[in-house]
Amino acid sequence: MTEKEAHVTVDDLTMAYGDFVLMRDLTFTINRGDIFIIMGGSGCGKSTMMTILIGLKAPAKGKVLYGEVDFWGADQQTRDRIIRRAGVMYQSGALWSSMTLAENIALPLETYTDLSPGQIREVVKLKLALVGMAGFEEFYPSEISGGMQKRAGIARAMALDPEILFFDEPSAGLDPVSARRLDDLILELRDSLGTTMVIVTHELASIFAIGSNSVFLDVSKRTMTATGNPNQLLAETRDPNLRLFLTRGEKS
Amino acid sequence: MTARGEMVMEQPSADTLKVILSGEWKLGGELPGADKVQQKLEGRPGVRNLVFDTLELASWDSGLLTFLMNLGALCSRQQILLNRDGLPPGAKRLLELALAVPEKKDARTAEGRVSFLAYLGDQTVELFRSAGEMLEFIGDAVIAVLRLLRGKAQYRRSDLGLIMQAVSAQALPIVSLICFLVGLILAFIGAIQLQLFGAQLYVADLVGIAMVRLMAAIMTGIVMAGRTGGAFAAQLGTMQVNQEIDALKTLGISPMEFLVLPRMLALALMMPLLCLYANIMGILGGMVVGVGMLNIGFMEYYNETAKAIGLWNLGIGLFSGLVFGVIVALAGCMRGMQCGRSASAVGDAATSAVVTAIVGIILSTAVITVLCNLLGI
Repeated sequence: MTEKEAHVTVDDLTMAYGDFVLMRDLTFTINRGDIFIIMGGSGCGKSTMMTILIGLKAPAKGKVLYGEVDFWGADQQTRDRIIRRAGVMYQSGALWSSMTLAENIALPLETYTDLSPGQIREVVKLKLALVGMAGFEEFYPSEISGGMQKRAGIARAMALDPEILFFDEPSAGLDPVSARRLDDLILELRDSLGTTMVIVTHELASIFAIGSNSVFLDVSKRTMTATGNPNQLLAETRDPNLRLFLTRGEKS
Repeated sequence: MTARGEMVMEQPSADTLKVILSGEWKLGGELPGADKVQQKLEGRPGVRNLVFDTLELASWDSGLLTFLMNLGALCSRQQILLNRDGLPPGAKRLLELALAVPEKKDARTAEGRVSFLAYLGDQTVELFRSAGEMLEFIGDAVIAVLRLLRGKAQYRRSDLGLIMQAVSAQALPIVSLICFLVGLILAFIGAIQLQLFGAQLYVADLVGIAMVRLMAAIMTGIVMAGRTGGAFAAQLGTMQVNQEIDALKTLGISPMEFLVLPRMLALALMMPLLCLYANIMGILGGMVVGVGMLNIGFMEYYNETAKAIGLWNLGIGLFSGLVFGVIVALAGCMRGMQCGRSASAVGDAATSAVVTAIVGIILSTAVITVLCNLLGI
């Protein structure tokens, strides 16, 4: 990463549910190749932030730019085209429960590529192997554990070799070792494929281990209070709320 | 003997009230309330401190803590200092833990009393909003069908096959039973009247026309609304809860084409066939009564039925079946897609799907009947 190039820019964004304003004045930039952490306490709107970034919910005000394109100002077709270059891993995996893992991963490939069934089978095999789940092709999502569902969710999100991957609480509900392995996987994918990663989490261990950039949403102030490398933030911040968050409330 | 907590109050000095707790302070036992202390305090306006003596306290659980929380609220209202030193150490620590984060006053959404007019207004606005949503959904569904006709729709053929099987072959037993019995009942009711004129033979006409033109389609429609409409709503609702529909959307796959279209198509194709089958079962039901009870010959009954049922009646019946199929599928899918993100929302969606489908079926029957009347068929 020699030159930093903005991948996603959030400009003066306000998130709201009806009259209830969740967060306002959000402005930050996600660079290409970043592992960008969206962090904050429970109920601060981290997940809502993600739904706006991936095109499921329109912001009340402000812009999201993918490269130079105004995401929410564009028409549905442009939005679809942009989001096709993104992969999303949902909190619970959100695998389609009526299909096997292989069919789950194959569906985006069948929809958007001209690969033959044989080639698709090979790609599916590769993606499952990448997340450490080779041989699980014919399993249904209900037959595997929560951690495996998350990993299969990542395999599906990676199916189309996206430029940007979104993770909603990847390590929630995982044991420490699995969570660590997931972090390693994310790092490895970023390093080898150059994929931009956007991670919504409040798992401190992950934040410090893999985050290269971040934004902190302060629930009490209803806005973002800091952005930057989490390790640097910890070292430099004077904001008591952020310090409390980054140190688990322990006094140093 | 039930556990019993005792409370005695003393006033060692003018501005201090001492609460002496003894016995078993456990939930479910007989415990004095904080109001006793309040009564005591009302007579003594000078009291500024509240202290505890718990040397005689045998055991305690949440019963003691809720009492102390109430007392704490009372004290802060009356600006009395509550001294926790005399409490058992465990209770003291738990109380401090419970009071560590101040109560959030604005967290609860205001659900105050709503006046009748406000309620009426809300409901009216809601009605218009949901009517708008329904029209939007129907519009989206029509667009999806048009894309299907142009061969552009994305859905899995295997899904369509599975759904078709679920809504047709697997529905045969219940449709058989219901329609057979409806035919039987119609024949019974008709027979009593027609026998008065010695016109039993016309039972065949009555059952045949009623079943073929209307009843088979309606009964099948209602069975399918309960059986399939509810299932569709529950399936899509669960997918909504599980974020599976979001996952489709972010992959740029239209849930309308991928999920709703195959369901609608399956029911639209299978309902007329089911209706045809239901016709036969209904006529069989009528025949059992006609041949078995009214002593009409089998061939006689058959010929009379064949003569009575015109092609138009059959056509109207099958067309109604098609319409009901689309209504059941749309109602089920729409409620499923609108489903909230909780288990109870899935239940509501299934209920609402069945109600919507049945109302739709009855309304469209009325429209079809009036139209046929106007056209003279």
